[in-house]
Amino acid sequence: MATQIDDQRIIEFDVRTDEMLVNMGPQHPSTHGVLRLVLRTDGEIVSEVTPHLGYLHRCAEKIGENLTPRQWIPYTDRMDYLAGMNMNLGWALCVEKLLQHDLSEKAKHLRVIICEMGRIASHLVGMGAYGLDLGTFSPFLYAFRERERILDLFEEVCGARLTYSYITPGGATADLPKGWLQKCEQFLDQFQPIIAEYHALLTTNAIFIKRTCDIGVLTPEMAIDFGCTGPVLRGSGVDYDLRRDGEERYTEMYDGYAFEVICQKDGHYPKDHQYPAVPKDAVLGDCWHRFYVRMLEVIQSMDLVRQAMDRYSVASGDWGVPIKLATKLPPGDVYLETEAPRGQMGFYLVSNGGNIPWRVRARSSSFCNLSVCPEICKGVPIADIPAIVGSLDIVMGEIDR
Amino acid sequence: MAGGDGLLSKLKSKFGDQIVGANLEAIDPWIEISPDALVEVSRFVRDDAALKLEMLNCITAVDWLEVDPKKAAKAGFEPHLEMVYHLSSISKRHTLVLKVKLPRWKDGVEGEAPECPSVSSVWSTADWHERETYDLSGVIFTGHPNLRRILCPEDWVGYPLRKDYQMPLEYHGIRGR
Amino acid sequence: MAEFINSFLFPDQPDHWIGVLITALIHVVMIINVIAVGALVFIWMERKVSGRIQDRLGPTRVGGKFGWLQTLADGLKLVAKEDITPGQADSFLFKLAPYLSFTASFCAFIALPFASGYSWSSGWAAREVNTGVFFVLAVLGLEVFGVILAGYASGSKWSLFGGMREAAQVVSYEVPLGLCVIIPVMLAGSMNLVTIGDMQEGLFTNWFLFHDPFTFCVFWVYFTCAMASVNRAPFDLAEAESELVAGFHTEYSGLRWSIFFMAEYGSMFLVSALAAILFFGGWNGPFPVFATLASALGWEAWPTTGLLGYVAGLAGVANILFKGVVGVTVMIWVRWTLPRLRIDQVITMCWKYCVPIAAVCFAGALFWQYNNIWFLNSLHPARSRAEVRENWSVNELQLLTPSALHEVGESDMAKGIENEAGGQI
Repeated sequence: MATQIDDQRIIEFDVRTDEMLVNMGPQHPSTHGVLRLVLRTDGEIVSEVTPHLGYLHRCAEKIGENLTPRQWIPYTDRMDYLAGMNMNLGWALCVEKLLQHDLSEKAKHLRVIICEMGRIASHLVGMGAYGLDLGTFSPFLYAFRERERILDLFEEVCGARLTYSYITPGGATADLPKGWLQKCEQFLDQFQPIIAEYHALLTTNAIFIKRTCDIGVLTPEMAIDFGCTGPVLRGSGVDYDLRRDGEERYTEMYDGYAFEVICQKDGHYPKDHQYPAVPKDAVLGDCWHRFYVRMLEVIQSMDLVRQAMDRYSVASGDWGVPIKLATKLPPGDVYLETEAPRGQMGFYLVSNGGNIPWRVRARSSSFCNLSVCPEICKGVPIADIPAIVGSLDIVMGEIDR
Repeated sequence: MAGGDGLLSKLKSKFGDQIVGANLEAIDPWIEISPDALVEVSRFVRDDAALKLEMLNCITAVDWLEVDPKKAAKAGFEPHLEMVYHLSSISKRHTLVLKVKLPRWKDGVEGEAPECPSVSSVWSTADWHERETYDLSGVIFTGHPNLRRILCPEDWVGYPLRKDYQMPLEYHGIRGR
Repeated sequence: MAEFINSFLFPDQPDHWIGVLITALIHVVMIINVIAVGALVFIWMERKVSGRIQDRLGPTRVGGKFGWLQTLADGLKLVAKEDITPGQADSFLFKLAPYLSFTASFCAFIALPFASGYSWSSGWAAREVNTGVFFVLAVLGLEVFGVILAGYASGSKWSLFGGMREAAQVVSYEVPLGLCVIIPVMLAGSMNLVTIGDMQEGLFTNWFLFHDPFTFCVFWVYFTCAMASVNRAPFDLAEAESELVAGFHTEYSGLRWSIFFMAEYGSMFLVSALAAILFFGGWNGPFPVFATLASALGWEAWPTTGLLGYVAGLAGVANILFKGVVGVTVMIWVRWTLPRLRIDQVITMCWKYCVPIAAVCFAGALFWQYNNIWFLNSLHPARSRAEVRENWSVNELQLLTPSALHEVGESDMAKGIENEAGGQI
């Protein structure tokens, strides 16, 4: 049950308390970086939340106006630094859209493998950090144990563990090394049974359920109105995933793949018999559902990686050749959104015919997801603020850009 | 593009001269509207049963100004500011781009930010996007509930994403260069 | 002991104050060592256990193997840290708070017996208090003042929240904790911890945990409440690092901060040892080794005084330490497994679950005891020294009708006063 004070006068006249302004962040353990929330509190109840951003602002968009598209790729890594591969993909596809550059089948499957692995790695952190927000430390390290193995795989592919700059306009910087697919397969086989542990420690844990069910309920209308995307939107029961509903240039990557959008339809999740049941206290759009969607997406991504590996190993063509550094960009403007782990990551590229873009714009998913926070954090206890903000799974590098 | 070719004529018949231009051949087809009609058009495209553009993905301000005076002559455009609104519909699965042209400075006075009506009453997400645009590109959104800088500090001077922006040499004792 | 010392210093004045002072100092030093060394071990253990739980190694280097000196190294670091008092803080109260917390934790140890002493009159406690349970709980409850004071005096809003939460939580949990503790007290018919421990002599089936199903239930309630009252996760709301930064000790650094931790680990051990005495037979092992040995050797009983008595006493100390450490380990295990509850859920749990369950268990245990219904305790009833010492006979105990209870109570009281007057320190 969410504790909400419906009638403010009760506090006003019966208890006679003063309101207090509390700064949560920018140096606070559970604000996921340098987010600063100014809380107006009345005892333990928060009556107003004002987020203050910009502590990590680097004006990446301005930098993008001075670099060629390929040179800007490392800057996209540093946006959602937990899912650098997916950021690379968004920008690469955007540039390819402007250049009208088409990829071989093999390159597309390669991108699916890499991006879905990136999604797993990112959701693992999201899951572990959410446990941390709720006061349990161990799942965080379990998540990192698995994430490390994905990072090892990525390191083999591109030499970097955090800022990959691997997917570039035109394909990727290198092909997958020999034997990588077997290692990846091995990882997936070992990882699959471990997910039950996470469900036991978090998803189905009684205290976890108490802390997340019916907390921070986000209605589908509100989610759409505030531009929330990704697991936050799907956690509210909106059946929308750019991998299926996005632009042709993006969805063709997933052509022929068997997958269902993870969201609750008609009261149940797809294939929900395999996963823990939804607790009866949970309300669609609460923190628990947002978390659950992420957990199911991990499993879904594993499935997609397996499918992509099968296709990749038999696909014909080249793995893709990066465009030349000084490729002239045709005049015009393109906007393309991809389904990054945290939501829809959009890049807007305006060119006036030179080899550097005239204007670059990054639409970050966390930015929009966070903007709903003042709405759903009204009237909750302080302890629920980390629970709600954590369930939005924000990354400040992406918000402040 | 949302509504197909019929959309433009539909909008034109409803809003007349307020629809200033369009490019349906571009990779992302766009429709340009005059600033005065922005809120009405936005509300229309959000609520129209055939369009249902419930989601505002992004608001961008593009500063069209050639700083280099040698190139300025053949740049091919007059200095102006272009607002780009990317909309999409979740139920209909289509997108639309709206553009609005603004002067670079209000009444041609350097430093006076131009005004544009706020669409935050139509899409709540516009609240933060417009704050960001105000912060970085210098557009004042009339009717915005809380138009403050969002990424830069509140006392920052200038609009960094303008083409003629000069990085301050010093900010509270911190060297800028 | 005072008499013993005075017999060297002032043979004609057995109650001379110097002897009493020296005795007190010896006790204090010993208890401080128990707490400090205990904290040293428990912090190391916490790191090691949490490490293993989380697929890590934990400390491995300091002190050679297993990093067993890690806490000492941490302590040295903490001592070397700058002692900061925030400008906003109330300097005097800010400095007072950790000591207050520690003092409360420390004082509770005074009445905690580590073994029954194996003489008919005294336990191995710094000061055997005949209302030991009451004393320990009351003094332990004072620890909250230090925390509230720290929260209030730090001049930080997070600390204030932590202090407020602590006040609400600990004051609430005193109630079910008291209710749980009353059950063994009722079964033993005494508040003296030594008596309660001695009552559970013999085979492990004689432990109060196995007295009846209700005591078995109430132990878990006790353990939950004990964790809540010493601020361990999932009830660590006063520090709640993901919500309140670090709660009441946000502004503390260096040694002052570590004093809070000594108090916390001290209390953890204290409530675990208390659980051991109340429910797990205290210093009595699961099998009566020394009694069996004595009968095997053909003795009537194991000597309770002299060297052999001390051997038995030390075995008892080892027993209770082991049980206490197990309790602490379980607390550590729980901390690294469960998420934290919210403050309203913690209070709800206290008033809506713990208090009613404890109350029902109290009534049930009373019923069981009154009707003398068979349960595991009846398997191998042992003649308890406590009965001899407290001047009860086995027959009287079995016929605990209300009137008999009244008589026993009176004679017990008289004996108690006599004991107290005799005064051994």
